[in-house]
Amino acid sequence: MSDFSASLADPLKEANEPTSAVARFGPDTPLAMDCGVSLDHWQIAYQTYGVLNEARSNAILVCHALTGDQHVASRNPITGKGGWWTAMVGPGKPVDTDRFFVICANVVGGCTGTTGPASTNPETGQPWGLGFPMVTIRDMVRAQRHLIDSLGIETLFCVAGGSMGGMQVLQWAASYPDRVFAALPLATAAKHSAQNIAFHEVGRQAVMADPDWRGGRYLEAGTRPSKGLSVARMGAHITYLSEPALHRKFGRKLQDREAPTFSFDADFQVESYLRYQGLSFVERFDANSYLYVTRAMDYFDLAADHDGVLAKAFAGTKTRFCVASFTSDWLFPTADSRAIVHALNAAGASVSFVELESDKGHDAFLLEEPNLFATTRGFLGAAARARGI
Amino acid sequence: MALTDPHTSRIDLKLVAEMVTPGSRVLDVGCGDGQLLALLAETRNVDARGIELSREGVAGCVARGLSVIQGDADTDLTEYPDDAFDYVILSQTIQATRNPRFVLEQMLRIGRRAIISFPNFGHWKMRSQVFFLGRMPVTESLPYAWWDTPNIHFCTIRDFVTLCDTIGAEKERAVALDAAGGRVGVSAPWWFWNLFGAQAVFLLKRG
Repeated sequence: MSDFSASLADPLKEANEPTSAVARFGPDTPLAMDCGVSLDHWQIAYQTYGVLNEARSNAILVCHALTGDQHVASRNPITGKGGWWTAMVGPGKPVDTDRFFVICANVVGGCTGTTGPASTNPETGQPWGLGFPMVTIRDMVRAQRHLIDSLGIETLFCVAGGSMGGMQVLQWAASYPDRVFAALPLATAAKHSAQNIAFHEVGRQAVMADPDWRGGRYLEAGTRPSKGLSVARMGAHITYLSEPALHRKFGRKLQDREAPTFSFDADFQVESYLRYQGLSFVERFDANSYLYVTRAMDYFDLAADHDGVLAKAFAGTKTRFCVASFTSDWLFPTADSRAIVHALNAAGASVSFVELESDKGHDAFLLEEPNLFATTRGFLGAAARARGI
Repeated sequence: MALTDPHTSRIDLKLVAEMVTPGSRVLDVGCGDGQLLALLAETRNVDARGIELSREGVAGCVARGLSVIQGDADTDLTEYPDDAFDYVILSQTIQATRNPRFVLEQMLRIGRRAIISFPNFGHWKMRSQVFFLGRMPVTESLPYAWWDTPNIHFCTIRDFVTLCDTIGAEKERAVALDAAGGRVGVSAPWWFWNLFGAQAVFLLKRG
């Protein structure tokens, strides 16, 4: 185990010098952010899979969720594990890299090579920390657009993603309708709900309550708010699952013991599972990034940018949409997806929608779900025929 | 939908497809597994969309590459703007809606034309089963027993014509098919269709 972990990348180094492709931009291509700040020196880390065809018409941009990264279908250099969507993306998979050129970039505000609070601020030589400007979903998409420009791709064949990735898909379709041929937003919403903002606030407060957080300047001090971030992750993780999934996996089973210890040890399997999830998350994710990226989701309200009418966000769109939700997802329930579909209908868009049967909760979009695979394969196949690829 | 005999089913769908002008925008309400949508896409080069209640139906359609939304004809048609489609089709579905009149009015609002095909409850086989056996009819085109049928609002051809008149829909074309899928005498009077038509297909437009 120690030999193996020795080969793993240092998360702090990854923030500036990722073990993936990285596009660097200077003052001639500033990143203008919604908060009013413009970054003159910034970078975006990304991975690609498959081959871009001669017509440059087969590119699929995959957008990652809250704590994801650019390693969608390749070994993660920090954890040493496979990519976060290897079930979906790869040769012969529903997002077929034998046929499509797949791009996945780390979001602005992230911590695996795209400029964010863990990156070095060129003006101070220190990590940005809380000095980093507040990030929005639109900023993330704007940064991705610069990357797509630099790759010489005019129109993306498809933009796909779930949860926060789905928000980016919707933002792409709204901001750059002519550059998105097809859109696949999964388990997502056009706005973050009050309940979801509430959950995020609990997570952020857990991070900020950790004395090692040090007002966000922990990297200089050589500490990390591991306990706070771990608690934030434990809370969030519960929201990604469902009671039936938790029950099937753990029930009230005890961990390595016959009887309760009458203490606050992790007596129950579900407790030690959550503790493990919290601890392993701390190793790969930056606490300040967690604050920024959750905030970006909170601020997301696509209709608000269009006089409160979501349909206006998609007016005149030619993009083909396929929206999917999961029956047991209570974080991004089907009603959120229906609201998107209704707006797309009102805008006269070409849209498919299906609520997929699963008891695995919000996380279902990341897992082996045959119905999701069939839907994705069918949608991309039909869109590819229409695009002539 | 309710049709089990593929031969009968195909003739009904073909007839509907013939009524659609090539290259138009079509919404198929209650599109099932997408048979009609696929036929329209293949033979009429239309921009075809569907609505289907059942999850399996939608998943199958999307997996086949069709643009289909999971939804309920009784509630979701209100989400579409006026004149959104050239044709709105309700194929073998009207008897399964809760509010056929409302659905029909919505179809004529969002489509310039509406095509409706439905099983005729006035067909002599239906009448005779009720009359002689004293039981709810079960036929090839309506194979469900009364206690497990999705169909809640049966009508006869005559009833449907009355509904069209009530909501001011103009009948552009009407065809009745016999049990074997053949057309019932084109110039026959309504009462003849009502007795010998196993199913009917109407092309309507706003009056």
